[in-house]
Amino acid sequence: MTSITKPQVRHPGLKKNALGFTQRDYEGAMSTLCAGCGHDSVTAALVQACFELALPPHRAAKMSGIGCSSKTTAYFMRDSHGFNSVHGRMPSVTTGANAANRDLTYIGISGDGDSLSIGLGQFCHAIRRNVRMLYLIENNGVYGLTKGQFSASADVGSTSKKGETNVQPPIDPVLLALTLGATFVARGFSGDKAQLIPILKAGLSHNGLAMVDIISPCVTFNDHEGSTKSYKFTREHDVEISAADFVPLRREIKAPGTNEAISTVTMHDGSVVRFRKTHEGYDPTNREAAYAHVRACQQRDEVATGLLFIDEHGADMHAVWKTVATPLVDLTYEQLCPGDAALQALMEKYR
Amino acid sequence: MSGVNDFAFRMATVNGTGSASSNSLLMQAIFRMGIPVTGKNIFPSNIQGLPTFYDIRVSKDGYTARPQEMDLVVTLNPSTYAKDVASVRKGGYLLYDSSWPLEPDLVREGITILGIPFGKMCVENFEGDRNRTLLRNIVYSGALAAFLSMDMEVVGQMLTEKFSKKKGLLDANRRAIQLGFDYAKSHFECPLPFHLDHMDATGDSIIIDGNSAAALGAVYAGATVGAWYPITPSTSLMEAFTSFCKKFRTEPETGLARYCIIQAEDELSAAGIAIGAGWAGVRAFTNTSGPGISLMQEFVGLAYYTEIPAVFFDIQRTGPSTGMPTRTQQADLMSLAYASHGDTKHIVLFPCNPEECFYMSVKAFDLADRFQTPVFVASDLDIGMNDWMCKRLQWDDSFRPDRGKCLTADELESVMKFSRYLDAEGDGIAARSLPGVHGHGAYFVRGSGHDKHGTYTEDADAYQEVVDRLARKFRLAATAVPAPEIHTVPGAEVGIVSLGGCHAAVLEAIDRLRDMGIVADYMRIRAFPFDAPVRAFLDSHAVTFVVEQNRDAQLRSLLAIETGKPRDEMIPVLDYGGMPLTAMSVVSAVSGHLPRPDTKRSPRKKRKVPA
Ligand SMILES: Cc1ncc(C[n+]2csc(CCOP(=O)(O)OP(=O)(O)O)c2C)c(N)n1
Ligand code: SF4
Ligand SMILES: [Mg+2]
Repeated sequence: MTSITKPQVRHPGLKKNALGFTQRDYEGAMSTLCAGCGHDSVTAALVQACFELALPPHRAAKMSGIGCSSKTTAYFMRDSHGFNSVHGRMPSVTTGANAANRDLTYIGISGDGDSLSIGLGQFCHAIRRNVRMLYLIENNGVYGLTKGQFSASADVGSTSKKGETNVQPPIDPVLLALTLGATFVARGFSGDKAQLIPILKAGLSHNGLAMVDIISPCVTFNDHEGSTKSYKFTREHDVEISAADFVPLRREIKAPGTNEAISTVTMHDGSVVRFRKTHEGYDPTNREAAYAHVRACQQRDEVATGLLFIDEHGADMHAVWKTVATPLVDLTYEQLCPGDAALQALMEKYR
Repeated sequence: MSGVNDFAFRMATVNGTGSASSNSLLMQAIFRMGIPVTGKNIFPSNIQGLPTFYDIRVSKDGYTARPQEMDLVVTLNPSTYAKDVASVRKGGYLLYDSSWPLEPDLVREGITILGIPFGKMCVENFEGDRNRTLLRNIVYSGALAAFLSMDMEVVGQMLTEKFSKKKGLLDANRRAIQLGFDYAKSHFECPLPFHLDHMDATGDSIIIDGNSAAALGAVYAGATVGAWYPITPSTSLMEAFTSFCKKFRTEPETGLARYCIIQAEDELSAAGIAIGAGWAGVRAFTNTSGPGISLMQEFVGLAYYTEIPAVFFDIQRTGPSTGMPTRTQQADLMSLAYASHGDTKHIVLFPCNPEECFYMSVKAFDLADRFQTPVFVASDLDIGMNDWMCKRLQWDDSFRPDRGKCLTADELESVMKFSRYLDAEGDGIAARSLPGVHGHGAYFVRGSGHDKHGTYTEDADAYQEVVDRLARKFRLAATAVPAPEIHTVPGAEVGIVSLGGCHAAVLEAIDRLRDMGIVADYMRIRAFPFDAPVRAFLDSHAVTFVVEQNRDAQLRSLLAIETGKPRDEMIPVLDYGGMPLTAMSVVSAVSGHLPRPDTKRSPRKKRKVPA
């Protein structure tokens, strides 16, 4: 996993967030991805989202597996802890970290190979456990890092750079997540930051696992005529089903500038997500409707994007297991060790 | 064997019929009579309907290894009659259910056959098929109480404790015990020549299985995250951890849990959860058996190279592959010591009984934190699942966990550039920082090549600097892990090396060998890596035997690889059929290898026959 240290230049005039940080403070090492790689745009959107949310960098943990996408955890928030684990296993490592310290903000970054092939099981089970984290799949339909083999999200008929045609049906992480009971499901496009940033911000505030599938073209191996994960295809077939604005806590909700119907969802921390329903009758709090819409789009050869489903009342892993509010890592040894008197009392049961 | 407080008996039953609880009742009653006792459950890998055996050994001398011979066999499973009859020692007894006639070909010369119509008695006295099946176990327990002169007051007391909340069951069980007892008393001469007599030898002892003890160790070590995937014979470890946590770790004011136990989707995930939690700063563990260890390999290498503490309990069972899931073995030694690809080496602890499972479990967490690395505790099915008599567990309330070099927020405040893998103190251990503690401690964990600062590298020197330090750290660990237990006797020419659950049988074998005129020193390996005393012991004997429970002499290989002692200078004594080791198999292997100690002197006569 390569990275190059980026020189830190201070610009006194830069805008600061509530913590006094500039957007630059949310950047990381210099990317070593191919120029034009969709993943770099996702990184840029994340930098902006975290800056705007004024996340304290040292309270965030960037988690990833292996792949070009998974490398990007090095390219933002240099003052956050990062964990580049093993291929497809980011969800379990994040589950463990979250079990130990529930108060950190976990940003999990994965690829379509990482989450839909080798790590499909872990992806599904992290959703089932509803581990509180932002879970991004930077989806390019190929294994970028191993030079362009089809991944499990390549569409039927999609062609590889070498000219082979994919014949196996794709796994759609959005449909899968909806089926598995995910409490936050969205899809974005690396080329549409305006849409992506509010989704990322909402996901970071979500009280559970926020799954965001991001079409993120691989310019080197899968951005050509015939690829359904190319910039061209996505620009032409992207249908925004529900646009989201994210309004952090204690900020005035401005009246929407359009005359479209607006609905709002209040997040557990009091912040608010507003939806502009660009698609008539779409209700992002109705799982069945969300599923049906995504399927209907798929059949029309369209890619449904936007915040597709949200349930802010789902119990996260800690609520399910009824763990204490204090992160386990902050409990003192005295709170954990029952002591000799208790041991001796227990020993009577073994006599 | 065979005498007062020195004999063994077996219950041959069918699993799923409730015999497990009556068998442990018998064992506990003997224990409460103050007599040293061990129980070995030999069970099949299914839920109901297959043969299962429970062997109880009574030993006034405190021997706890599996008995070699049965003085008495209770045969209640027609499908194993033939085997059961054959397993009675010459001059021993067979007790069968005479509700049905015993087939003539099962009658054996030289043993005494006792028949009691257990089934018929249950039909006459109790209602309902299920009740009758369950109580048949209690009826034969009553008969055994008479044959072995068990203290009926103790038995009655135990039933009262067990069924204190179920009056109906208590009455039925009391009646069943008495039925068996009275029948035996009135039809046979009781007690048998070998039987029980009150002693005072179990006062500071308990009866516990290794998995419960290891789980208790995890509680006392302060572990808060446990991740697992069910597998025999390790499952009961997490079950025990769960119940201890419910008891000891429930926040009094809120009823909320001061622990998080996650049944993962597989062992890969369980390992990942333990490592993620270890990275985030808690004490975390996973428990599994061989197949799970195989699945965890990639993660173990990650934790080794990125230096994250986590404890792995391997309750070994018979391999390879699925093998025999309900049989014991010590065949994961090599795969634990060098788990994962690349140059990897790990700390492995080898508890020899439940008592040591408790203390070594605590030790494992300390070592994992201090050396920032995965630590394995290599137990096995025999230790983990069987009931062992051992010393009452003690806890020193002044104990505080050794969290190793873990920087606090205050310490990090003054750190300007944190370098995760810098050997600042020259001992091979770099200080770590936990996520969320302080911005200055932020760093990037990567399983890919990194230099001492934690930065990505493909530079040969920078890479080697880190892995060479890991090797130094490992050498230091050799001096910090539990030292071998060494017993020396003046004039011993033979050295015996063993580990783990073989201990009890080897100790007994050494006594028997001495009776035969063979004097042996003994070294019990308690941990990997090995320190200098291990090689010194290997060099100090003309003949050295290595006793272990696997086919390929894995401990011998580890000793050869790591100490340089030539492999062929160590004679392997191998027992790998899946049953707990017996003293006799060690005695015959060792004595068979040696020139008879008496051949040069007066032949034969001086040789004592084993008692
Ligand atoms: C166990 C294992 N098998 C194979 C690999 C090789 N490998 C590295 S990245 C990768 C695929 C990554 O694909 P994806 O997650 O889609 O990421 P992308 O590079 O496309 O962003 C593979 C197969 C590995 N690192 N580990
Ligand atoms: S190979 Fe593809 S996915 Fe990887 S960095 Fe290059 S463009 Fe991005
Ligand atoms: Mg990919």
